[in-house]
Amino acid sequence: MSEPKQILCIQSHAPHGTFFGREGLDAVLMASAFCLVRVLFIGDGVLQLLGDQQPSDIGSKDYSVTFGALADYGVTDIFVARADLERLHLAANDLSLAVTPLSDTDITQLLHDVDVVLDF
Amino acid sequence: MQFAIAIYGPPYTYQASASGLMFARAVLSEGHSISRIFFYHDGVYNANRWIEAPQDETDITAGWRDLARSHDLDMVVCVASALRRGMLDPTEASRYEHDAASVAPEFTISGLGQLIDAAIDCDRLVTFGV
Repeated sequence: MSEPKQILCIQSHAPHGTFFGREGLDAVLMASAFCLVRVLFIGDGVLQLLGDQQPSDIGSKDYSVTFGALADYGVTDIFVARADLERLHLAANDLSLAVTPLSDTDITQLLHDVDVVLDF
Repeated sequence: MQFAIAIYGPPYTYQASASGLMFARAVLSEGHSISRIFFYHDGVYNANRWIEAPQDETDITAGWRDLARSHDLDMVVCVASALRRGMLDPTEASRYEHDAASVAPEFTISGLGQLIDAAIDCDRLVTFGV
């Protein structure tokens, strides 16, 4: 029996302007039923983690509340690209979720460590 | 080597699905296998049986359908992505009381678990259209 595979789900799109965030989150939840899943928010994907979103004003669903339930799905390794936090002038405590900031070197290592990358 | 392919891009709007189709052909022509092609996000539109490509343009949906028939490929359309985009097979069309199915018969509608299952089992997952 081979080692169970590890999946990294990458969220790289800003919320609501496209549907990648929502359908990417669906993939995270589904993958968590199969194996260990880690999540990385990178680029404008970092903006998905901002608190107090009111997307119903533009007819969009506030899926960010589901991020709070990720721990219930066993998804606890949640990372954010430190360089993108800085680029967007955000601090970790601006985000609605406790996440671990990673340097570019850390991200390179993370990509090496996992077996499968699902990119959204 | 066994490949799984994920298509997120719709036909024509972006190059992604045409590149995915050419990649799939190349994989097979080099003697590798494809365990599953999974259509997610706007990629579900590749299964649209009503697409009529202009005569001087590549018919991408016809390309997927021909490839599936000639290589007995497992081509799966995500049910959640498909329903909200009006992509229905005969079963779903009947369930929601539509008078016709929009998904071509070479595609199967199934759950997102089929993507994860393929991603875990294959040697390489290659995604088009992020």
